[in-house]
Amino acid sequence: MMSTRAEKASTVARDTTRRIAMGKRKGIWKEQLFKYVLILCIVIAFVTLLALIIHSAWLGRGRLDLNLITQMPSTLNPETSGMQSALWGTVILMVGVLVTVVPLGISAAVYLEEYADTERWWNRFIELNIQNLAAVPSIVFGILGLAYVVREGFAFGPVAYAGSLTLAMLVLPTVILASREALKAVPDSIRQASYGMGATKWQTVWHQVLPVAVPGMITGTILAMSRAIGETAPLLLVGATTFVTFNPDSAFAGAYTAIPVQIYQWASRPQPEFRELAAAGVILLIVVLLIMNSAAIWLRNRYSRFDL
Amino acid sequence: MTSQTTTETTSNTRGHVPPVMAARELGVYYGDFHAVSGVNLDFNRHEVTALIGPSGCGKSTVLRSLNRMNDLIPKARVEGEVTYHGQDIYQPKIDPIEVRRRIGMVFQKPNPFPKSIFDNVAYGPRVTKMKVDSMNDLVEQSLRRAALWDEVKDNLKGSAFGLSGGQQQRLCIARAIATSPDVILLDEPCSSLDPIATAAIEDLMTDLKQEYTQIIVTHNMQQAARISDTTAFFTAGVDEESGKRIGRLVEYNDTSSIFNNPAEKSTEDYVSGRFG
Repeated sequence: MMSTRAEKASTVARDTTRRIAMGKRKGIWKEQLFKYVLILCIVIAFVTLLALIIHSAWLGRGRLDLNLITQMPSTLNPETSGMQSALWGTVILMVGVLVTVVPLGISAAVYLEEYADTERWWNRFIELNIQNLAAVPSIVFGILGLAYVVREGFAFGPVAYAGSLTLAMLVLPTVILASREALKAVPDSIRQASYGMGATKWQTVWHQVLPVAVPGMITGTILAMSRAIGETAPLLLVGATTFVTFNPDSAFAGAYTAIPVQIYQWASRPQPEFRELAAAGVILLIVVLLIMNSAAIWLRNRYSRFDL
Repeated sequence: MTSQTTTETTSNTRGHVPPVMAARELGVYYGDFHAVSGVNLDFNRHEVTALIGPSGCGKSTVLRSLNRMNDLIPKARVEGEVTYHGQDIYQPKIDPIEVRRRIGMVFQKPNPFPKSIFDNVAYGPRVTKMKVDSMNDLVEQSLRRAALWDEVKDNLKGSAFGLSGGQQQRLCIARAIATSPDVILLDEPCSSLDPIATAAIEDLMTDLKQEYTQIIVTHNMQQAARISDTTAFFTAGVDEESGKRIGRLVEYNDTSSIFNNPAEKSTEDYVSGRFG
């Protein structure tokens, strides 16, 4: 009796082992294939990016010196021409975008996520439109900016902040959508706990919800700024001049240009010197972008001290 | 389980001291869904009242309506009266924020804020702008009352998430008592804790009886028997008028009567483990 039971048990065990082993052998190539397809996707994305950077760096290697950021652009002396005015233009533009889009985007997200009653048709209408706005081509925002920021409406004229405002409109949906996701990810138990303590809605949002959502919001802002810094088309429409040999007076006065606009202008010239400059400009743009994003990531890490 | 007996059993106000809180013909709707109806309860000063019953009987709903936490659920609607020292807390002139400051709450899952231990306790006094001589003293006092001080006193600046589940729940109790509420509502506070942590919370609740009126929802009948003075048994039944399931209060009495000598058959079945 005992022995038959033990035999039976060992047969079952052997059978199970065999089945597991076979199953493993059968499924394993699929598993491996899937993994390699995923790796391939990463490699394609990475190699493309790397190829672009290396190509630009190689082409512009002769011009990657301090002249690039200390000299003004010049059509007469391409050998000594730099892009100081474009660098300053981009910095001023980006600061303008940041101070505009962050408060606007986060406030809109907080309203939609924490206050809005989604049963109301106007709130659903706003939601739908924000999603649609994210898909509108940037040139359309350029036309909008030209009409209502530069000429009429705000009527700033072709100054840097007009460019900032246009870019801010362009990336606002990105910031709102990312911030809403960040707010959605805040566990409801935290809100409940705060209300249970006798906190008001505002106190709950300000002290509990926002701090938890900040890292996600910063990520959204990084994405938005990365998109804004490379935009050329809307800037051409709202008055970023392609050739400026002086820095803008301020965000609200004086002609300005930006790095991508400057690259566009150089790249369309026939002389090889300018093409090299354009390549060097691409590298400069990437460096500015990396500095900007590193600052944001540093800020994000400071805020995510308490992990959920 | 007729409404006749419900009224009889709940009108049993123990002693002549007016209750701290009372529910009169309390009913709660979520949209069209009538979650619970006709609840009459008195909560006496410095007692622990346990709300027991099977899932879906509306006991948590009743608990949450006692400090207007149901206001936060869209479409939730309350009928009847909930009084706090004789004042109906659902009167339009009553500020729900003020209600929650006096009637604190501890939740099912420990939910400390993603902040330091110190800031978790100090949050309530800060947002309610309590006059505090020394926040350090208040935090220490609250943590001592919650029997947590000795375990965390060297790590007050550390994250509350570094604590174990039981410690987190005691932190939530410390946080609730830091604003010196009158009543503490506990919604299955031990359901995610191990037996040792549960025992610690139960000891704590017994201690806190000297100063606070406590109302606890629990699925654990031994727990209700151990710590509560009065017990209310809820169940869900089909309403004769609407034909829908609805939560009802079946019986409310001294805990010993509920467990040893229940008036209702369904109470006896439930507490003896025959259903639910």
